[in-house]
This record gives sequence, C-alpha cells and structure tokens, in this order.
Amino acid sequence: MSAAKSRAATDARGDGSFLPNLGKRQAYGRRWAAAFAAATIAAVLVLGALVASIVNDAFGLVAMEYTVDPATLAPGGDIEKLSDAELVAALEGNLKSRRLRALGNEKPLAERERADLLALVEDEVIGWEVVETFSLAESLLGRAKVDAFMAAEHPEAKLVFRSWVNARFLGSSQSATAIDAGVRSALIGTLMTILITLATAFPIGIAAAIWLEEYAKDNRWNRFIRVNIYNLAGVPSIIYGMLGLAIFVRALEPITSGAAFGAVADPTGANGRTILSAGLTLALLVLPVIIINAQEAFRAVPRTLRESGYAVGATKWQVVWHHVLPASFDRVLTGAIVAVSRAIGETAPLVVVGASTFLTQDPTSVFSKFTTLPIQIYQWTARPQEDFHNIAAAAILVLLVLMLSLNAFAIILRNRLRAKKRFA
Amino acid sequence: MHETFPDARTGRLSLAKRARPVEAAIRGLLSVSAAISVLTTLGIVVTLGTESWGFFREVGILEFLGSLEWQPVIGDFGIWPLFNATLTTSFFAMLVALPLGLMVAIYLAEYASDRVRETLKPVLEVLAGIPTVVYGYFALATVTPFLRSLLGTELVGVYNTFSAGIVMGILILPLVSSMCEDALSAVPRSLREGAYAMGATKLEVATQVVVPAAFSGLAAAFILGLSRAVGETMIVALAAGAGPKFTLNPFEPAETMTGHIVRISGGDISYDSIDYRSLFAIALVLFLVTLALNSLSRRIVAKHGEVYE
Repeated sequence: MSAAKSRAATDARGDGSFLPNLGKRQAYGRRWAAAFAAATIAAVLVLGALVASIVNDAFGLVAMEYTVDPATLAPGGDIEKLSDAELVAALEGNLKSRRLRALGNEKPLAERERADLLALVEDEVIGWEVVETFSLAESLLGRAKVDAFMAAEHPEAKLVFRSWVNARFLGSSQSATAIDAGVRSALIGTLMTILITLATAFPIGIAAAIWLEEYAKDNRWNRFIRVNIYNLAGVPSIIYGMLGLAIFVRALEPITSGAAFGAVADPTGANGRTILSAGLTLALLVLPVIIINAQEAFRAVPRTLRESGYAVGATKWQVVWHHVLPASFDRVLTGAIVAVSRAIGETAPLVVVGASTFLTQDPTSVFSKFTTLPIQIYQWTARPQEDFHNIAAAAILVLLVLMLSLNAFAIILRNRLRAKKRFA
Repeated sequence: MHETFPDARTGRLSLAKRARPVEAAIRGLLSVSAAISVLTTLGIVVTLGTESWGFFREVGILEFLGSLEWQPVIGDFGIWPLFNATLTTSFFAMLVALPLGLMVAIYLAEYASDRVRETLKPVLEVLAGIPTVVYGYFALATVTPFLRSLLGTELVGVYNTFSAGIVMGILILPLVSSMCEDALSAVPRSLREGAYAMGATKLEVATQVVVPAAFSGLAAAFILGLSRAVGETMIVALAAGAGPKFTLNPFEPAETMTGHIVRISGGDISYDSIDYRSLFAIALVLFLVTLALNSLSRRIVAKHGEVYE
C-alpha cells in the first residue's frame, strides 16, 4: 500500500519520471514481440523443412550397375532406338530358355507391345541394380563429392539423375526391389476404399445431422447422442482399427469377405480383411466429423427460411428437403470432402484392420485384399534400405497431390454450388 | 382427383394430425442414422471390454498394472514399459507444442495484422492436414539423422522416443495454436482497452490480461493436444522403436502403447490368442486415458469458460 502510494507520488511529480520503468518495460515488450513472431516463423519453417526433406529424397542422383552392358545391345547403349524385332532378338539372345518359355506362355514375345518389350529388356537383360542413391541436395550442391565417392567406390556404375516419381512408379505394383516398385495397386486401393467410405459415411452422417438439428427434441437420449458424437470425434484412430478388426473383419466376415453373396472373387483368401472392411472402418472414423460439420451448416440456415416453408403448409421433411438442404448443401458437401480427404491419409486403423503387407495384384472387387498409399509409405519407410526411403518419399508426394486435388475439388465445388444456390 | 382425404370429402378443414407414413418412415430412418454413433461407441466399449475381460482372466489385472516387463513370449504382461514410452513421447510433444503453440497463438491473436493472420492461418491448417505417416517419415528420415549428427551417434539411437516426441509436438502444434487463438480472440476488446488505459504495454496486456482471461480455453487446448499425443500412432510406430522397454532415457528406443498395437496387429496374429487379446487390453487403457482427457477438456470449457457479453 505504501509502496503504491509512494510510486503514485513520484509519478505525479511531473518531472518526466512519470512511469519510471517505461523504457525498460517497452524494451521487454519488444523482445517478447520478436519472440512471438519468431515462434510463428519457426512453425512455418517447419512446414518448409517437412516438404523440403520429402522433395530432397524423391529426386536425386542414382548410381546403377548392370549385368549386361546396354552398349552391347544398341549403339551408345540407347535401347529406345532398337526396333521391336531387335528387342525380341536381344531377349532371345540373353535370357535362359526356361525364362523365355515362361514369358512365351504368358504371351508370345512377337505379340507384345513395344513398351512391354522395352521394360523386359531393361529388367531381365540389362538388369539395372541400384548401388547407391543420393539426395537432391547432394546431387545439386555436392556433385564433386558425389563424383569422387563414385570413382572410389563404384567405378563401374552409371550415374543418372532420377525422379523417383515417374510414370512407371505410378503404373507398376509392389515389388521386392525399390526401383521396380510402384504405387498402382495402392492407388487403386486408396480410391476404392475412399469411395466406400464416402458412400456410407456421407448419407448416414447427413441423416444423423438432420435428425439432431431439425427433428430431435431436447431430451436425455438426444443430449446423450450429441455428447457421444463429440466424444467419438476424440477417440484415437487406432481404436477404430481395433473396432473394425473385431466387427467387420471377424464378426461380419461372411459379409465383408463376400462369402454371403457367393462372390468370393479372391481365391487368395482375404478372410474379411478386404477393401469393404477398410472402407467401413474409415466410415465410422469420419462419421462424427461429418455429422458435426453438417450440424453447423444446418444451424447457419436462418430460421425464417424454415418458417416460410411451414407457412405454406409444408411438412417437416418437405421443409428439410426443399429449404434447409439446398440452402446448406455447399457447406455440407465441402466439409464431408475435407473430412474424407483426411481419411485418405489414415494409416494406423488400416494396419490394424489387416492391410496386406505385400500385394502385387490390383484389387478386383471390394472383396479383394487391400493396400493403400499410406500403408505403402509406412512399409517402405520402415525398411532400412536407402532406396526404399526414396520411393517412400515419392509415394508421399503422390499422396499429398491426391489430397490437395481433393481439397481443390471441394473448393471449386463449393463455389459452383454457391453460384447456383437459390437461397442466399 | 388423385386422393380423397377425409376433410376433402366433408368439405371441412380439419386441424387434426393426418397419418403420413412416408414422413414417419423418413423420421425413423433419420433417428436410426443418429443412433449409429451410439452403436459405434457401444461397439468400442463392448469389443474392448469383452476381449480385455478374456485377457484379464488369464493374466490378472494386478500384474498388468504392476509389472515393469512386457514380454509376451515368456508370459510377462506389464503395461508400464509401453505406458512409460507413451508418457515420454507425449512429454516431449507437449514440450514443443505448449510454449510454441501459445506463442504462435499470442502472435496471431494480439500482434499480427489481419493480412498476416489471413495468410498464416491457412499455412498452419495445411500443417494440420498432412497425414501422420508423413510426419513419421520426417521423424525417421530427417529429424533423427539430424539429431545423430548433432549429438553423436553413440548417444542418439536410430530409433528413439525423443525425435518421435519432437515431431509429434510439431504435429499437434496447429491444433493447439488454433484452439488457443480462438480462446484469446474471444476475450472482449473492452478488457484490453481497460488495461491500455491504465498504461499497460502491449506485452503486459497480452500476458497479464488476455492470457489469464482466456485461461480455461488455453487449458482445454493443451489437454486436447495431450490427448492427441497419447493416441498418435504412426510417428511412434516408425521412429520410436520396436520392442517394449522400460527406460527413462529418451535417446533409447522404446515402444509406445499405440506402436505396439500397430506392430503386432500388422504381423500374422492368430485370433483367440493371448497376444491378440492383450492388444485389446492396451487399447482399453488408451481409450480410457483419451476419454478422460477429452472429457476434462470439455468440462473445463463448460464449467470455467468465462462468458463475456
């Protein structure tokens, strides 16, 4: 009390010592303001580092060795210049007769496409093998070091710049060697899974939101449903995986494996660990998010719009269908797409549900075994070999592009729907 | 005339409710859809409960909660090594996300101009939208090698809970900062103006007026962030290491609860085995911990949330 009084006395003296510590306090404030800004910049830089580290691994120099020198097959080693007949000759001249017969049984060499022949010559005759990979930073900034290393360690190897994301990577399936592996089956698996998720979670989620916002009375049961949905939104995704494993894979196996419909298309025996199970598990996962988002969209529809419907004698459902839904559908739809695009990146629940660890065939139906892009990324990252990290980075780029394009699609769709909307 | 209604025949307007079978059917369909969320919860509780019950009949809850060893091969099922690793990674995650998240939130809510805020918020949202497996890759392929070159390869293992925790902190940073920013922005302008009128500097207003006023919202954000960290899986599955181990050294590998579930269920596991059931017991612990944290977070907001006019 006395201290405060004396300070007040000094402040009031009017000799310029009003707020004696002002300079110090302001300097202190400036320092902290800089710290707050620095923290924010750090957060943005981390995002940059994340993207940079992925790009750094997805492109770069690769040192490869071959079993047959391409220069012996074609002048200058450029096998692209060979004719189809010469390619067939190269295959026949270099492969063991047993392998040739096996290939011939699949499809006679003379009838094969040119791209197919080229791939065969590359894989089976030349037999490229990766001996060393370099990151993009090493390739661009430390080229001299790379060359010195190569001259000392692998003088025979050919050094080429490689984009690990390429047409072949997108077009081929899982393989035991990184350079031949691709994301095709995983990409198809992801798209099929997500379609099932969208087809189930979207209608159910919107119906639940309509119930809660338009129909439900404020009683104990409906309050319980609301609290429950918020709780579900916070359940870790891996728990949904456990639920999917117990319910869809085991308890409902006859349905999810397709046996109940007489459609056991997959002789390898997926046993309920199918695309259908994966899609339904993810549907349960995104359902709370879709419901909460749709509820917010319905809540934003003005009350007067509903009342005008009732005033002309519309029933409750007519009001919902003709007034509330058209007025809020842009928000509902974009929210659902964003939720589903998040689900595309989900990994843990699908590992638990039983994604295949090594799938070389494309899924043929919803009752097939499955793998998805994040699962591939997980498996490739978990391998110790450097070149698998390269294709993991490449797969991450594919995944991020897929998610970004879905989000962009959602934004375009929203703008379109907004332009067409009858009610503002 | 398509249909004849009773009131159409009598020519009188009836205000009585007419039976509308289609409306009733739609109503039923909608309520069933809403009930699916309850069924999901029920499904989680029942599956976790029954499988764990089978597990506890064989192992005993005292050993589960008391033992420091998790070695299914020789029948040791003590959850502490897994729980401890989860605590370690979550601790480092919060060590990053708590101060950094609060500072970012204060900057965005109090200092940044509208234009800066409108550019930075989407960037943080992008950070929040990146799949966790990508963060796992980042932890294993970038952060760990960096730490190893910085602190020495003898000290830092190829797999360690430290870098998993740090990257997890980066993962939950956007969640924490955006929730904190919402809480700070909800503090009314009049409170700030009052403090300025008393001669407070901008920093004093932010730290001594706005932050205490928004405290419940900030606490809720941190608890929700902690809950996310506890349930986070892919980062720890990739970067924290395989194999349960009770260690307090964050540079050693140790498997978390979530990491263990993913590794074991990803392999060939036979149903109805003790290993299979033990996963559900771990999941039950995980479920209860995250549920408690989420409920606490919501209660704080509901009970102590200041409502300003």
